[in-house]
Amino acid sequence: MTECFLVFALAIALGWPLGRYLAAVMRGAPMRGDRLFGAVERPLYRLLGIDPAQGMGWKAYAAAFLASNLLVGALTWIVFMTQAWLPLNPNDAPNLRWDLALHTMVSFLTNTNQQHYSGQAQLSHLAQMTGIVGLQVVTPMMGLALLAATLRGLFGGRVAAGAAAPGGEADVGNYWADVIRPTVRVLLPLCLVASLALTWQGVPSTLQGGPVAVPIDAAAGMPAQKIPVGPVAPMVAVKQLGSNGGGWYGPNSAVPLENPTPLSNLLEMLAIVLIPVAITFMVGAFTGRRRLTALVFGTMLTMSLASAGAALWSESLSGTSGDVALMEGKEVRFGAAPSALWAAVTTQTSNGSVDAMHDSMAPLTGLVTIADMLINAIWGGIGCGLQQFLVYLLLGVFVAGLMTGRTPELFGRKIEAREVKLLAALVLLQPLVLLVFTAITLALPSIAGTSNPSFHGISQVFYEYTSAYANNGSGFEGLGDATPWWNLSTTLVLLLGRYPALIVPLAIAASLARKRVAPEGPGTLQVETPTFALTLIALVLILTLLQFMPVLVLGPIADHLALRAL
Amino acid sequence: MPATDLKPGDHVVVSAGEQVPADGEIVRGLATINESAVTGESAPVLREAGTDRSGVIGGTQVLSDEIVIRITAEPGHSFLDRMIALVEGANRQKTPNEVALGLLLLTMTLTFVIVVATLPFIAGFVGAKLDPLLLIALLVCLIPTTIGGLLPAIGIAGMNRALAANVLAKSGKAVEVAGDVDVLLLDKTGTITHGDRQATRFHPLAGIDRELLRDAAMLASLADPTPEGKSIVRLAREQGAQPVEPQQARFVAFSAQTRMSGVDLGADSGATPRRIRKGAADAIVRHVQALGGAAPVELAARVEQVARSGATPLVVSDGGHVLGVVELSDVVKHGIKHKFAQMRAMGIRTVMITGDNPLTAAAIAAEAGVDDYIAEARPEDKLARIRQEQAGGRLVAMVGDGTNDAPALAQADLGLAMNSGTQAAKEAGNMVDLDSDPAKLLDVVEIGKQQLITRGALTTFSLANDVSKYFAILPALFAAAIPSMGALNVMQLSSPTHAVLAALIFNAIIIPLLIPLALRGVRFRPAGATALLRRNMLVYGVGGVLLPFVAIKLIDLLLTAVSGA
Repeated sequence: MTECFLVFALAIALGWPLGRYLAAVMRGAPMRGDRLFGAVERPLYRLLGIDPAQGMGWKAYAAAFLASNLLVGALTWIVFMTQAWLPLNPNDAPNLRWDLALHTMVSFLTNTNQQHYSGQAQLSHLAQMTGIVGLQVVTPMMGLALLAATLRGLFGGRVAAGAAAPGGEADVGNYWADVIRPTVRVLLPLCLVASLALTWQGVPSTLQGGPVAVPIDAAAGMPAQKIPVGPVAPMVAVKQLGSNGGGWYGPNSAVPLENPTPLSNLLEMLAIVLIPVAITFMVGAFTGRRRLTALVFGTMLTMSLASAGAALWSESLSGTSGDVALMEGKEVRFGAAPSALWAAVTTQTSNGSVDAMHDSMAPLTGLVTIADMLINAIWGGIGCGLQQFLVYLLLGVFVAGLMTGRTPELFGRKIEAREVKLLAALVLLQPLVLLVFTAITLALPSIAGTSNPSFHGISQVFYEYTSAYANNGSGFEGLGDATPWWNLSTTLVLLLGRYPALIVPLAIAASLARKRVAPEGPGTLQVETPTFALTLIALVLILTLLQFMPVLVLGPIADHLALRAL
Repeated sequence: MPATDLKPGDHVVVSAGEQVPADGEIVRGLATINESAVTGESAPVLREAGTDRSGVIGGTQVLSDEIVIRITAEPGHSFLDRMIALVEGANRQKTPNEVALGLLLLTMTLTFVIVVATLPFIAGFVGAKLDPLLLIALLVCLIPTTIGGLLPAIGIAGMNRALAANVLAKSGKAVEVAGDVDVLLLDKTGTITHGDRQATRFHPLAGIDRELLRDAAMLASLADPTPEGKSIVRLAREQGAQPVEPQQARFVAFSAQTRMSGVDLGADSGATPRRIRKGAADAIVRHVQALGGAAPVELAARVEQVARSGATPLVVSDGGHVLGVVELSDVVKHGIKHKFAQMRAMGIRTVMITGDNPLTAAAIAAEAGVDDYIAEARPEDKLARIRQEQAGGRLVAMVGDGTNDAPALAQADLGLAMNSGTQAAKEAGNMVDLDSDPAKLLDVVEIGKQQLITRGALTTFSLANDVSKYFAILPALFAAAIPSMGALNVMQLSSPTHAVLAALIFNAIIIPLLIPLALRGVRFRPAGATALLRRNMLVYGVGGVLLPFVAIKLIDLLLTAVSGA
C-alpha cells in the first residue's frame, strides 16, 4: 500500500515539472541548454538534410513517420537475421529465424516489445544495443511526435489560425524535429540518470560475456552455468521509461539481474508511469489550455486508481487469492501486492514489463490487466495513450454533445460525418482484429500452443492479441508463442494496433483544423467539467463492455467462477 | 389553360372570389386575401404590388379587388407542394448530423455482428456448444435497432413541431442549425416591442393640475382611432379619469398639414368653443400663438427631457394655454426580458436592430435586456453585422420580410422569413413563419435544440440498454455447457428460456414505447450546456442502463406467472 502511494505521489510530483518541460521542448521554445542540445541536434538535422523549422501538412507528417519506420525497421530486421556474423556477440547467439526476427523487429518498432524470444540467450550484444535499445529510444518519441502533431491540429495548426491557405492543410509541425528534440532533451538524459541508479543497485552493465558459475545444487544435473550479462542497466532504464517493456532477460524484471532490490523495484515502477503521467501535464501547457490537463489527468487518475485498486483487491482479498499455490510465478521477494500494482500500472501505460507472470495471478487480476489494455488510455503509452484518449474524447463529445442541444463540437470545431467515419473505422478495428484472431486461434488448438485447456487458455490467447494490439507487450505467458503462426499473426496485429491508432487521430485533427472555429460559451459543451469527465469514463466502460464482455466472461470470469467453485 | 401549366414569368389576372392559381408576386393592384388554407388564420390579409407584402400563395382566395400576378413557382414546386412533401417526409434528406450518427450506429451494429459471429469459436475451445437460435436472439437484442428506427422519426417530428408552431422549415437541416445558433438578430418592432407607441406618463407644466392635463388629453383622444390615441384614453382611465360623453363636440382629425388632432367643445352653441389639441411640440406652439397665447419657457425643457429618455413627446393645449406633455413610449413586450435571459443562459446572444436613434435604442435595449443593439439600422447594416459575427465563427439567425432583407436572410445561417413578406425574402430564408410573427425565432431555436437533445438522449438510452441484455442472455447462452455461469445471472431470471424471451420482449416493446417520446421530443428546459448534459445523462444514460434490468426482471416474473412454472 505504501508502495502504491509512493509510486503515484512521486510520479505526480516529478511528472508536473517534467510535463511543463516536455511542452517547452515540443513547442521548440528557447530554453537553457539550447547550446548543449543544439550541438547534438544540428548534425542530425544536417545528416537528414532537413530544416527543423519547416512545417508539414498531416499527410507529409504521416508519410515521414511511415518512411522513418520502414527504414529503421528494415535495418533492424537484417541485424537480427545476421547477428551471428556481426561483431559484439560474446555469447555466440545464432541468427534469428526470419519469422521470429520479423515479429521481434515489428514488436519493437511498434513500441510494444512483445517478446517471443529470450534476449539473454538469443540476441547478441550488438542486436540488443542497436536493434532493441535503438528502437526502444526512438519509438516512444515517435508516438510523442504524432501526439504533438495531433494536438496542434485540434487547435487549428501550428501557426496562428488562418495562416494556412483556404482549402490547404494546417501545419502540424515538423516530424523530424518532433522526434529528435524530445529524444535528445528528455528521454536520453532521463535514461542516463535511471541507468546509473540501476547500476548502483546492482544491475549489470558490461560489454563482457558472462561469468561461469557452478550451481550449488549438483542434483540439477548441470556442471556449470554461464551467467548471461551485458549492458543490461541502460536497456532496463529505457524499457521502463519509454513505455517499452522488453527486457534483456526473458522473464523481464522478475529476474534479480534486472531488478535486484526493493528500491530498484520502486524506481522501475516509477519509471513506468513517469512519462505517461508527465504527458498529461504537458497537454495543458502545450496547447495553452490548462483546463485540458485537469480533464485528462483527472479522468486518467480516476481510472488508474480504480484499476490498481481492483488488481490489489483481487490479488489479496478476492475469493481465489488465499491459495498458496497462487504464489507460483510471482516473485517471492516482492510478494503479491506489489506484483499486482506493477501488473496494473504496466498494463495501464502500455509498458508491458513485468515483475511477475500475469498468467499466475488471480483470474480477476488478469481481467483487470486485460481491461486496462483494451481501454489503453489510462495513462497509456507515450503519445499513443493520449491519442487513444482523444479518440474517446471525440466519441464522448459526439454522443454527449447532442444532449446539450447543439451539434457536437470539440474546442469550437464541429465533428461531422468525415471525422466520425474515421473514428468509426478505428473503433471497429479493435474488436475485429482481437475477436477474429482469438476465434481463429482457439478454433485450431494445434496452433494455439496454450499450456492450459479450459477458460484459462482463452485468457492466454486473448491476452496475447490484446497485448499486441495495445502495443503493450506483456505476455500472459504459458503460451508456446514462438511459432510461425503466432509470430506472423501477432506481427499483423502489432502493425494494426500501432499505425492506425497514431495516424487516424492525426487525420481527424487535420480535418478539424480546417473548420471554422466557434467561440466557446455557456451554451457549448464544456469538456473540462466533472460532469463530462464522468460521462467520458462511463462511455469508455460501456463501450469496452459491449465490445468484449462475452470473451471476458468466457476467459477470466469463467476462470474465476470455476476456481471459486473448487 | 389549366393552372398546372403555368410557368414562372406568366402573368395572371385574379379577381375577387377567385383562387390564386400558383405562387407568385403581385405586379399590379392590391387585394385582401384569405390565406387560411395555408396559415389557418381566418382574418384576411392585405397584399399590394410594389411593397414588402406582395407575395401570394397558390391555393389562397382573393376576397376583394383585382390583382395581376407574375407566377414565380415551377409547377409541382409550389409552396403547398413543398409543404405536403415535408409533412409526408417523402423527399426528406438526412441532415449531416444524422449521417454521422448513422455511421456510429453502423459501427456498433458491425461490432455486435463480429462479437456474435466469433463467440461460437471461442466457446468451442472449452467444449461449449452454443444454440444458434440463442446467438441470433443475442444479436437481435444488441444491434441498435431502437435508435436506428427512431432517427428518421425524430427528424420528421422536429419539422412537424416547427410546423405546429406555424413555422415551415424548408429542410431538416434548417431545424438542426436552429439548435446551433449563437446570435439572434431581432427586429425591434414586433419582436421586442409591440411596434406602436403607447402613452406611459403625463407631464403637467408648472402650475397645472395633473388631472387637468389628464382629462384634456383624454378628451382630445376620444375620437382618435390610432393606437397612440387609444393608449392615451386607456392611460387616463387607469389614472382615474371618468368616462365622459362630451356634448356638442366636434372632433378635429389629424392631418399632415396641422400635425395635430383634438376636439372643439361647445362649438354648436355659438360661443367660442373650447379648443383642446394634442400634437407635435412645434405645431402646438404655433397653434397657441395663433390664438394669442404664449408657450411657457418650461415647455422646451420638458419636451427635451421626454425625448432624451427614448420616448416621443406629445404636447396638449387648451385654448391658448399649454397644459403639458404626454409621454409616448414603445412598450416592451411582456415576458420578453425573461425570454432573453433564458437565451443568455443557453449561451445565445441577442442583438436588437432598430431604425430608432441611438438614444431611444439604448433605452429600449436596456429595458428589454438584449445584449447589443444597432441603432439607425439600414438593411445593409444587418448584412454587415451577420458577416462580422460569422467571421468570428458564430452562427447567426435573423428575421426578415422585405426584398431588401433577402441578402441578409440568405447570408444568415438561419433566416426566418415572414409569410407576409415578399417572394424574394421567402426564397432567401430557410424557414417561413406563416403567422408573420418575428418573435417566433425564439421558439424555433428551442425546437432545434430539443430535436438535437432528443436524438442524443435516445442514442445514449439505446446503447446503454445493451448492458442489461448481455447480463440476461449470456448466462442463458452458457447455462447448459458451463453451469458456474449462473453467478452472472444477477437478475435471478427464472430460466434460460425465460431470460432470452424477456430480453426479446423488452427489445420489441421499447421501440413503440419510445415513439411518443421521439415525436414529442424530450423535455427541454433552457439551461447551460453542462446542466443539460448532467440532467440528460442521469435520465437517459443511467436510466438507460438500469431501466432494462428492472423491466426484464418484471417481464420474467410475468412470464413465470403466465406459464405457471
